[in-house]
Amino acid sequence: MTDRIEQRINSLNKRLNSEKRFRIYCIGAMSFALAWVLILFLNIFSSGYSAFYRTVIQVDVPFLNLIEDTTQFSEMSSEDINNLSMYSFSKKAIYGLFPDIEEKKDKKMLIRLFSIEFEQEIREFLKSNKSNINETETIYLTASDDVDQVNKGNYPRDLDEDKRRIKDIQLLFFDDLVDRGLVSYEFNLPFLMRGDSREPELAGVGGSIVGSLFTILVVLILSFPIGIFAAIYLEEFAPKNRITDFIEININNLAAVPSIVFGLLGLGIILNTFGLPRSTPLVGGIVLSLMTLPTIIIATRASLRAVPPSIREGALAVGATKMQAVMHHVVPVAMPGALTGTIIGLAQALGETAPLLLIGMVAFVVDVPQTPLDASASLPVQVYLWSESAERGYVEKTSATIMMLLGFLILMNLAAVLIRRKFETKW
Amino acid sequence: MGFILISLIILIGIASYFLGNLRAKNLRTSNQKNLKSLSHYYGYYVALWAVVPALLILLMITSFKSFFIEQYVLSDFIALGSYTETELSLLFTQIENTALGIKLFDENTILINGAVNKLNYINKTSENLTYVTVLGLSGLLVLYSLFNINNKLNSRKIVEKFLLVLYFTCSLVAIMTTVGIIFSLLYETLRFFSQVPITDFLFGLNWSPQRVFVREAGDLDTRDLANAFGAVPLFAGTFLIALIAMCVSVPVGLLTAIYMSEYASPKVRDWAKPIIEILAGIPTVVYGFFAALTVAPLVRDIGQGAGLTVSSESALAAGFVMGIMIIPFISSLSDDVIKSVPQSLREGSYAMGATKRETIVKVLLPAALPGIVGSFLLAVSRAIGETMIVVMAAGLNAKLTANPLDAATTITTQIVVILIGDQEFDSPKTQSAFALGLTLFVVTLALNFIALQVVKKYTERYD
Repeated sequence: MTDRIEQRINSLNKRLNSEKRFRIYCIGAMSFALAWVLILFLNIFSSGYSAFYRTVIQVDVPFLNLIEDTTQFSEMSSEDINNLSMYSFSKKAIYGLFPDIEEKKDKKMLIRLFSIEFEQEIREFLKSNKSNINETETIYLTASDDVDQVNKGNYPRDLDEDKRRIKDIQLLFFDDLVDRGLVSYEFNLPFLMRGDSREPELAGVGGSIVGSLFTILVVLILSFPIGIFAAIYLEEFAPKNRITDFIEININNLAAVPSIVFGLLGLGIILNTFGLPRSTPLVGGIVLSLMTLPTIIIATRASLRAVPPSIREGALAVGATKMQAVMHHVVPVAMPGALTGTIIGLAQALGETAPLLLIGMVAFVVDVPQTPLDASASLPVQVYLWSESAERGYVEKTSATIMMLLGFLILMNLAAVLIRRKFETKW
Repeated sequence: MGFILISLIILIGIASYFLGNLRAKNLRTSNQKNLKSLSHYYGYYVALWAVVPALLILLMITSFKSFFIEQYVLSDFIALGSYTETELSLLFTQIENTALGIKLFDENTILINGAVNKLNYINKTSENLTYVTVLGLSGLLVLYSLFNINNKLNSRKIVEKFLLVLYFTCSLVAIMTTVGIIFSLLYETLRFFSQVPITDFLFGLNWSPQRVFVREAGDLDTRDLANAFGAVPLFAGTFLIALIAMCVSVPVGLLTAIYMSEYASPKVRDWAKPIIEILAGIPTVVYGFFAALTVAPLVRDIGQGAGLTVSSESALAAGFVMGIMIIPFISSLSDDVIKSVPQSLREGSYAMGATKRETIVKVLLPAALPGIVGSFLLAVSRAIGETMIVVMAAGLNAKLTANPLDAATTITTQIVVILIGDQEFDSPKTQSAFALGLTLFVVTLALNFIALQVVKKYTERYD
């Protein structure tokens, strides 16, 4: 008797234990998924935030050496200043930091502490302040990528010299400059404004932000009306026949087609058959709108379906035509849902990379594009491009680009949620 | 030019809406007769006449313009008859660049100078001509339609008919996209298979298309082609990486779904579900970066610590990160399916004294199985079609391997590798990418189809 009871208790305990274990597995699985969200974000943010400031080095530039009287600058046009030969002058200004060094090699090393555009930066300073240039001006020049990374502590200093990109003598110069208080940080505005560059310290996401903006604009212009009209037709007007069924099956299938196939479509049809220009936001936008259309159509149809029939019937009862009932009464009610679907579709399009690679939006573009017909990159493509580069400076730039991309996506999704909360009517 | 012209047309459209509206109102007051529609429908009617034909004509002009310009500019060269078609189009590009001021020819012959002048002339005239035609047409049609307004014209019917046709056309875009995809993939694939036998592609064990590229076109013989385009290593690599991804995402996704639907309090659910769904919204290029820069070195270090040789582009790293990406697809779909199992089944099971785990494993999961399997299949099709993670984190060279620590390459990676940058369009190398794309398209479509059928056929109806 007691045996059986004990047996029962044992088996019950076993069952309860396995219940506990199962619960722990479940919690573990969920924590695993949550943890990766956290790891991903921490990883990106910790390596990316430092790209938003940059190292600058103070240099005293004796403009008197360039010209006898500095007031003369105010009479020069920008053209004239562009024509001034300033290269050796700028170099001398930098040598002024360490007047003692004689050797040519050391001088070269000193120059390499700065970005290759130091001459351009001095020229720009001159152009924007030409009316009141003193005999000597203190200018903050952008440090080279290596110095920038060392200063931010991203670059190991204790490697052997021949394994490092930055040499011992440069570190010596750099430490001395730090001691003299000439090295400082500055908000990295050029990173947000400029186009791509082969030099990490000069590369910016401005070009790809504009490229992404144009692309998304094209997607919006094309896919929003087409998607909504298609949804209205299919939900409100379409007769139940084979053609309609076929269209429906097609839309559902398209939603599941891998994005790269849309890239092949863009390459084969839009570029090679229609001959639209390669690498442009226009073509990128067309391809991405074909990709986002199913999302928009499906979302809009769902929100049209959610409009109660009483609204349609009420409109019809007071003498509206079918078209009037739909356009004046049903569609406005369904609009928040359609907008939410569109924004989510646009967010998808903003993050999409693979189709853009195939239609050539991976070009190295230095200029910020002016129209959707200029060759350009987009934010996700910029991430891909920079992640293939070896320089240390591109890692933080890539992470920073991802941060901005994620920022835009979060904003768009927030907007979608807000629209849904604020305008959605419950029946 | 196009932008200004389109804005002008739209302006005309807006103006003609007011004109039509006004004229209808005037007719009403002066004639004392009833018009058949509301006044603003006459406005729309006139505006449609103003805008739609003009835009269509503009579209036609822009699509055929370049062809006629080329014919006109090259007419002298064509008359000579000694140029092939590709030479002619090359010549035209050169002439275009010369017209822009780029010096390409050592010395400009009379013919070329003439062609450059012709180009400049025709560019200018064609622009003016376009403006005149489009705006003139628009204006004429506005006048025509304004005078057409009378008490017999029912503009509402016309406008509504137009809208209906417009909506229908928009819904056809989906079909046209599918047709476009199939056409572009099939066209290049068939040309590819005319050079490389389909059996070699599907069953060949060696994938090295760059070899075709390196050799001179004359040196190519069929054996070379056959040996270069065996896609089995790609299929194997795709399968391997998708398998690893599923090994990660299936248990995690399913258990998460079970926790969400059966254990979690509504509060936990409310914040955990959106956070996990963030994983689905992160662009894949971000996962690729994460995989290549963080996970792959980690996997390599751990592997080397355990005394294994791990490639820096191991299939394991790419597959693992892909698995994380797929978790929310499985978890939310399965969550929905498990939740939709009727409450009575749960309560029946509890009433028999079953624990929660027993209820879940023995009652709920079997009942929800079709939906869960469907979600797995959709996830597999996701994994197969995923591009950026594998492009950035998996290997680029095809190698037939089943070792997850080795570098493997996938179908999507090879498509990108082949087509990125400049391609020459007639080489079998480029066409092979389209053949791969077709394979991908067919496989993912089949998976989705099967998933839908499984869900449809085996789902039990409880109500």
